[in-house]
Amino acid sequence: MSDILVQGIQMALVLLLAPLLTGFIRKIKARLVRRRGASIFQPYRDLLRLLRKEVVLADNASWLFRVTPYITFAAIWVAAALVPTFATGLLFNWTADLIAIVALLGSARFFLALAGMDVGTSFGGIGSSREVMIAALAEPAMLLIVFCMALVAGSTQLSTVANFIASSYVGLRVSLGMALIALIMVALAENARIPVDNPATHLELTMVHEAMVLEYSGRHLAMIEFGAFLKLLLYISLIACVFLPWKIAVFGTGPLAYAIGASAYVVKLAVAGFLLAVFETATAKMRVFRVPQFLGAALMLGLLGTLLLFVSRSF
Amino acid sequence: MPTVFLQMLCVAGLLGLAVLAIALSRSKSSTAVIYGATLAVSLVAFFGSVRWLIGETGNASDLTLPIGLPWLGAHFHLDALASFFLVVVNLGGAAASLYGLGYGHHDPAPHRVLPFFPAFLAGMNLVVLADDAFSYLLCWEFMSLASWALVMAHHRETGNAKAGYVYLVMASFGTLALLLAFGLLAGPAGTYEFAAIRAAQHTPYVATLVLILMLLGAGSKAGLVPLHVWLPLAHPAAPSHVSALMSGVMTKVAIYGFIRVVFDLLGPPTWSASVVVLFLGGITAVMGILYAMMEKDLKRLLAYSTIENVGIIFVSLGLALGFQANGQKAVAALAFTAALFHVLNHSFFKSLLFFGAGAVLTSTGEREMDKLGGLIHRMPFTSFAFLVGCVAISALPPFNGFVSEWLMFQAVLQSPDLPQWALKIMVPAVGAMLALAAALAAACFVKAFGVTFLGRPRSVAAETASEVDRYSLSAMFILAALCLFAGVLPGLVIDALSPIAIEILGGRMPIQANEAWLSIAPIAESRSSYDGLLVMVFIMISASLAVFFIHRFASKALRRGPAWGCGFSDPTPAAQYSGASFAQPIRRVFGTLVFHARDHVDMPAPGDIRPARLRIELHDLVWEGIYVPLAGAVGYAADRLNRLQFLTIRRYLSLVFATLVTLLLVLAIWS
Repeated sequence: MSDILVQGIQMALVLLLAPLLTGFIRKIKARLVRRRGASIFQPYRDLLRLLRKEVVLADNASWLFRVTPYITFAAIWVAAALVPTFATGLLFNWTADLIAIVALLGSARFFLALAGMDVGTSFGGIGSSREVMIAALAEPAMLLIVFCMALVAGSTQLSTVANFIASSYVGLRVSLGMALIALIMVALAENARIPVDNPATHLELTMVHEAMVLEYSGRHLAMIEFGAFLKLLLYISLIACVFLPWKIAVFGTGPLAYAIGASAYVVKLAVAGFLLAVFETATAKMRVFRVPQFLGAALMLGLLGTLLLFVSRSF
Repeated sequence: MPTVFLQMLCVAGLLGLAVLAIALSRSKSSTAVIYGATLAVSLVAFFGSVRWLIGETGNASDLTLPIGLPWLGAHFHLDALASFFLVVVNLGGAAASLYGLGYGHHDPAPHRVLPFFPAFLAGMNLVVLADDAFSYLLCWEFMSLASWALVMAHHRETGNAKAGYVYLVMASFGTLALLLAFGLLAGPAGTYEFAAIRAAQHTPYVATLVLILMLLGAGSKAGLVPLHVWLPLAHPAAPSHVSALMSGVMTKVAIYGFIRVVFDLLGPPTWSASVVVLFLGGITAVMGILYAMMEKDLKRLLAYSTIENVGIIFVSLGLALGFQANGQKAVAALAFTAALFHVLNHSFFKSLLFFGAGAVLTSTGEREMDKLGGLIHRMPFTSFAFLVGCVAISALPPFNGFVSEWLMFQAVLQSPDLPQWALKIMVPAVGAMLALAAALAAACFVKAFGVTFLGRPRSVAAETASEVDRYSLSAMFILAALCLFAGVLPGLVIDALSPIAIEILGGRMPIQANEAWLSIAPIAESRSSYDGLLVMVFIMISASLAVFFIHRFASKALRRGPAWGCGFSDPTPAAQYSGASFAQPIRRVFGTLVFHARDHVDMPAPGDIRPARLRIELHDLVWEGIYVPLAGAVGYAADRLNRLQFLTIRRYLSLVFATLVTLLLVLAIWS
């Protein structure tokens, strides 16, 4: 199969699956608290409904407020298209390594935080200021995770890392385990999930991400919501690709391998979504100023993993 | 024609313009004439040095003038390193002159700026060209004095006198350190030519001392913590285009001095040197951006962010030293190229941002962010250019700031190959500090742009602002275009920088022009690669796709309405999120440790009509912990010594006699 086809399928696949994943997580969360819950296809309906609605724009909103949804969506989509999901060896894999993918998500967040400041209400400001605080803590932790991974795989190129971990016998490594836990913590913070933020609340002073986008409506909100779905999918794909490249189709194998890779990917998403739902149901949201300790722990885990690798490459 | 000759002609032209500016000081057209001519001369020097850097780095050229010390003369020399810094200096100079063509008309006292502006540029050119210790120090002092005069241009504004004084003290201290460093380098034979110093062997003891002295001397000019205190006072005090030059270019000249001495003249480095440089750089990067985050004044925020960027450059130089000491020339070249790339990038975006701050200052008369807001509606072009600068300095793709930091991270990832344990552990920690600084920079510039340009206007001045003149705008847009250019075509820049790495380190990065699709691969593509052009194209394609589908299939209805205020809309724009409130989460996380920050809340009892107050207490621990005690000690000593001025002739004579006897005794015991 040619690599451009793989790349195209991947770009479409992430778009198609992202709302489904969120719908699935919401469904599981509802079932866990004995509600019936909405259909797992509800996010698609929400997006379509938002697209059909009119946009209500604040009087003093600027052009930046109107272009931000498209910029953030595009940046996240590009990032999601570069993380190997069901197959390695994407056509444009070498365009950006893991550091660049994280930075692309940073660009999306930068514009979203600016948009939160644009209208000049306190909700936008409080959301933006807390979002950048969380990002400032998450990024050093993320870098140490990248460092730890690059030490094991000798590369920051995601395809290479996935190929390395999938093909050779890497075995159970303490350092990779630590990096995995740290990455999960960072992913929870970056996606505004419990315990750092609550994606389901509105109008509560503890909220972060939802406060930042409070002024958005209609098609703009649809783009931002879609971006958030994609980002969640991206982080789960990232964790799956680096730490669990089980059955991922290696470049150059036949269509059957690709089919297996795709189904394995869907299974991985389902398992990760299920675990996330269980975790979110079982934990409470923490106070905003507990977040530094939470992310500090991620940072320390990353550092410890790296130092262990210095002691011996076999940890 | 040897290019060093051309460069010296340009310098002579700039000095001539300084004299002309004095002659024209009462004329109305002086602003246009001087800035126009400076622009022309800077452009000639810029293109000359670019041509040299790209084409002719093989044959360095020299020029000796019969001035200066009689047995020495003044040596000037152009090599790859010097030509790169000439590019930075003259591009910054040209942009500042273009900006000055418009901005200078608003200056209340142009005769206090015009003569010193070309002189300052000439000084910076001369420092880069100087090839012996005597001319170097002389030009360095000339540059410092010219910039001091520019800092004092508006000497009646509050705070500027203090800024000038602190700058003068710190500049003297820096020059003293440089003087001692060159004295040590010259050795007992007193060889001042750089060629002779380079050829001489330096003992490890001397090398260590010189490194420390260079960190003090060049570091104080560049703004290394804790020698940075003058920088956020002096840079904002100058007119904005001079602030841009001081922050974007003069700090780079200081970095040039550091590279010239530590990498070039001192011979092969030791790995322990890199530990010191890495440590100082990491501290400087994080401290600088934390200071910037707490700042309310837009220009001071930019000055503090300069400190952060200097820290980033020093981290990268420290990496280069560490790898060079262990003979890993390719990785050393990677770190070194990243540092130079960041020097170039920072000169682009910091000049751009200072120009933007100057435009805001011209248009509103305000530097304080909490009195601005909503300028994106009234100054659309300025705000767009400023936004580009903010994205670039926050190290976000596809702009240039990201590329240089990405290269640094690639060098950091090579640290496991280093044999020394101290470096092995230190480099990842410093890498995490770099990531922290980058994330905080993004937060800081969300604050800078968000509070200044977004939201509702917080004052009448911000409400009635208007767009600035075309010269200022074109200067900003040229720099913004350069930020994008260096971000999407980094391979061209890296290849242009390779002669410097070859000259200084003896190694180079792989040739990037051979990479497919103009991507860059610092070591090998299987390790890591990045393609700014494709990332930008992808973002544009996917954004256009999204826009296309939305506008094809979604509702186009749009209604303007009041912002959602939960049933209680903010009655006054002053109730918006301000700079201080935006910084609150980060102040709470880092500030209690770094600034001993405290929030004092004064909440009146129910029924009391006194307004509630929130006071933020911040301490600049460097200033209060080092400089205030030092100033106190100096003052105390001066008070004690003051008594010596009022003695009788009898006592003076006995003092002289006692001194003589003591000296003779010392001599007798010594020999």
